[in-house]
Amino acid sequence: MIVKRDKLNFWERLYLPAVLGGFKVTIRHFFGKKVTMQYPEEKWSVPPGYRGAPYLVKDQENRTKCVSCQLCEFVCPPKAIRITPPGPAGSPEAGNVEKAPKEFEINMLRCIFCGFCQEVCPEEAIFLMKDYSLTGTSRAEMIYNKEKLLALGGIHDDKIQKWKHKAAEAKEQGITP
Amino acid sequence: MHNLPTIHPILAAMTPGETFALWSVVKIVGVVAILLGMVAYSVLAERKVSAFIQDRVGPNRTTFPLIGSIPFLGPLLASWGIWQPLADGLKSFLKEDFTPAHVRKVYFWLAPAITMIPAFLTVAVIPFGSQLGGQKMVIADLNVGILYTFGIVSLGVYGIVLAGYAANSKYPFLGGIRSSAQMISYEIAMGMSVIPVFLLVGNLNLGKVIDYQAGYLIPWLLPNWLAFKQPLAFAIFLIAAFAETNRLPFDMPECETELVGGYNTEYSSMKFAMFFMGEYANMITSSAMMVTLFFGGWTLPWFGLDQPAGDNLVIGLLHIGIFLAKVAGFLFVIIWVRWMWPRFRYDQLMSLGWRRFIPLALANILVTAAVLWVMGK
Repeated sequence: MIVKRDKLNFWERLYLPAVLGGFKVTIRHFFGKKVTMQYPEEKWSVPPGYRGAPYLVKDQENRTKCVSCQLCEFVCPPKAIRITPPGPAGSPEAGNVEKAPKEFEINMLRCIFCGFCQEVCPEEAIFLMKDYSLTGTSRAEMIYNKEKLLALGGIHDDKIQKWKHKAAEAKEQGITP
Repeated sequence: MHNLPTIHPILAAMTPGETFALWSVVKIVGVVAILLGMVAYSVLAERKVSAFIQDRVGPNRTTFPLIGSIPFLGPLLASWGIWQPLADGLKSFLKEDFTPAHVRKVYFWLAPAITMIPAFLTVAVIPFGSQLGGQKMVIADLNVGILYTFGIVSLGVYGIVLAGYAANSKYPFLGGIRSSAQMISYEIAMGMSVIPVFLLVGNLNLGKVIDYQAGYLIPWLLPNWLAFKQPLAFAIFLIAAFAETNRLPFDMPECETELVGGYNTEYSSMKFAMFFMGEYANMITSSAMMVTLFFGGWTLPWFGLDQPAGDNLVIGLLHIGIFLAKVAGFLFVIIWVRWMWPRFRYDQLMSLGWRRFIPLALANILVTAAVLWVMGK
């Protein structure tokens, strides 16, 4: 495309119209509304579907939903997740009914917030939440353990409530965990 | 001050020469302190104005330990950024002063000082107030004030050229070369633009220039300021001042986009800060010069404020206040312009200087001289 360059008349060549235009624009913005957000005090509202930090959740019965299947550990592209399964002894609260992890660590410095762990989890036990500004004073501090992840994740409003049904079933059969 | 000897017997026993020396020292210390303060706060003004023009809020976080915890006042001062210059200054002192291996050391160390000194020397001849307790509020009441100013201003280019040369790398060198060409060109236009002013005034003493501007051009509406009598001279002087102080739209020596910061690329910490202070001190002195030459200096035509204060301390301080307010107004315009216009191309800058302003200034001299001759002055 060829842009035709108009010949400027004398008034325009004086540079003054451009000067006045500049004055007008800048003075309008000088007194105009400011767009700065005072960050730590004001925060933007995180839209639904935002992929923040991944945390573990509990169900309404206050049980850890994770069953140490290690699918998330396997799928995690930067290998940020490390799961220590309970082993043959089982977990003290749940016995060997469900394999709640002995330790669950996410290195938030490695995590790329891709959401694969959430996608792959068969138990809906890990979710990417709305936290986007994770800070710490050391690398060790940025490795979140199971306790911290569960505390941050909170309770998930679970539709299936697998544990509730299992408990009912166990009672029916006369075997309680 | 006439009642000064009563304060202390030592003061009463002083000879006129000693009194002069004492007053000079007091004035120099006061002026330099105010100038440095204004430099610091014009940097803040620059940041605030640029922020407002770009729909931001600017520095509003820095706070001061005790004052910051006063309710209302502390947060208010912090939101104005009052403490920011202190933090900036402290930072430049504490930063590592790095001297790159490839620089020419002597010039590298000299250049920042050479940039700053002329900027501070120029203030000496500017009358920043009428009188305070019988003392003239000017450090050096030179008969050839304006010649002194131009002499010192032309030294200003050396700092930048030396910095460019000392850095021993291509971008700073280009910046230095550009600046020498630019500043030499615009000095001519600047010098010529003020000749009509002195044709009218008939005296090179800046105090006399201010005396000439007392009164009205149109009663109660237009002061008898030379900006209204010599608008063309003022316009050329203003634009040349932009070029001389390396401010946008003529900041060829710095030219962040093309020259990576120009002549000061290799500088860090306090040496860089000195270039910065030099630039702002230059802005302030050129504003002060414009106020003196074209906007009546410390005078206001209303309520008899155009007469020297004599022994009246309040009026004397008011005159200094008026002068500083006018300077602040000019500083605001200079800062405002920086955030308004794009940089001129180098050839445009040169053609503007040599092919527009110098002929215009010459024509202005001729016309003014002819008019004065016809009017028989």
